[in-house]
Amino acid sequence: MLGPLDYALVVFGLVAETYVVVCLCLSKSSLRYLSLSVYMLAVIGLTIAQDVALLRFGVSSQVYGYVYYYTDALLTISLFFVIMSFYHQVFQQMGVGKYVRWASVFLLSATALFSYLVVRRMPSHHLTNRFVVEMSQNLYFVGVVLTYLLWGAVVKLRETRTRLIQLVLALGIFFSADAAGYALRNLFPALEPSFLKWVPPMAGLFLPLAWAYTFTKISEDARLETARVALPRMAAHQHS
Amino acid sequence: MIAALICVISVVLFLQFFISYSRSIIAAYRMSELSEQVREVVGIEGQEVNSDQFGRLVQLVRLCPQKGDDRTDLKVVGVYYWMMGILRSAARQLAPRVTSWAERERAGCAYFVAVALDRRIAYSRDLLAQQMSDR
Repeated sequence: MLGPLDYALVVFGLVAETYVVVCLCLSKSSLRYLSLSVYMLAVIGLTIAQDVALLRFGVSSQVYGYVYYYTDALLTISLFFVIMSFYHQVFQQMGVGKYVRWASVFLLSATALFSYLVVRRMPSHHLTNRFVVEMSQNLYFVGVVLTYLLWGAVVKLRETRTRLIQLVLALGIFFSADAAGYALRNLFPALEPSFLKWVPPMAGLFLPLAWAYTFTKISEDARLETARVALPRMAAHQHS
Repeated sequence: MIAALICVISVVLFLQFFISYSRSIIAAYRMSELSEQVREVVGIEGQEVNSDQFGRLVQLVRLCPQKGDDRTDLKVVGVYYWMMGILRSAARQLAPRVTSWAERERAGCAYFVAVALDRRIAYSRDLLAQQMSDR
C-alpha cells in the first residue's frame, strides 16, 4: 500500500521534470541539451504509465512489477545517452565527436550483452525480486562508472563550464545513490521495507530538482575552476 | 561478493560526488566579498569566517526576510557542514591532515552563510527603501 509520501514524491518529481523541460525549451541552449530534454520527457511519460499500472492492477501485482522495473531499466539505459551527450560536450573542442559516437554504440551493445548474460544466468526467466534488484544494481553501477570517468575527464581537461560541472555531479550522486541502494537491497533484503525502498524515489526526485536548480540559477556563461570543486587528490592530478 | 563490492565503490563515489557538488555551490559564493556591515554584525575580522560561527550565522539568516533563491543552497551546505563535522571528529586521532582539511571546508561553509546573510541584509535594506519611497 502506498502512502502520502510516495504520492508526494511522484508529484514533486513530475513537477520538477516538467519544469526542466520547459526551462530548456525556453532557453537558447535547448539543442545542446536535447538528449536531456528527451530523457526528462521519457521520465514523465513512463512515470504516468507506472501510475496507471499502479491504479489499475495494484502495487503488489505482477503487472505493476513488470512495468515498474522494466521502465526503470529503460530509463537508466536512456540516461546513458545523456552521459554520452555530456562526453560529447567535454571532448567537443578536441574534435573527437566521431569516437564518442562509436563509444556510445559500443556502450549500448555492451549493456545489452551484459543484460542478456544476466537474464540467461537466472534459472527461471520469470521476473523474480532478486533478478530485478541485481539487474538494476548492475545498470546503475555502469552509470556510476561512466559518470566517474566523465568527471575524471572534466577535472583533467580543466572544464570550467559551471552548468556542465553541476549537471555531471548531480548525475553522479543519482547513479551512485541508486547503485548503493540496490546493492544494499541485494545484501540485506530485510532492510528494504523500512529504509531502502526510499532510496530510488529520493534519488529520482533529487536528479530533476538538481537539474532544475542548475538551469535556473547557473547561467550558460558561468565559469568555475574545477580545482576548487574536485577533491584535493583529483585536483593534484589535474596539475601533474 | 559482487554486490558488496558495488556497494562499497558506490558509497565512496557517492561521497566524492556529493562533496564536489557541495563545493561547486560554495565556490560560487566564495568569490563575493563580505560587506563591512556584516562583518560588524557578526564580529568578523578580515575576510575569514570561523567555522564555529556557522550555527549563529544560520540563525541570523533565518531572521532576515527571504529573497527566495538561497534556501536550497543553505540546505545542501548545511548537510555538507554536518558531514565535515563528523569527518573532523572521526579523523582527529588518525589523520591530522584530513582534520585540518575538514576544518577548512567547515570554514568555507560558514563563509557561504555569511555571504547569504550579507545578500539578505542588502535585500531587506532595498525592500525598506522601496517602502519608504512608496509612502
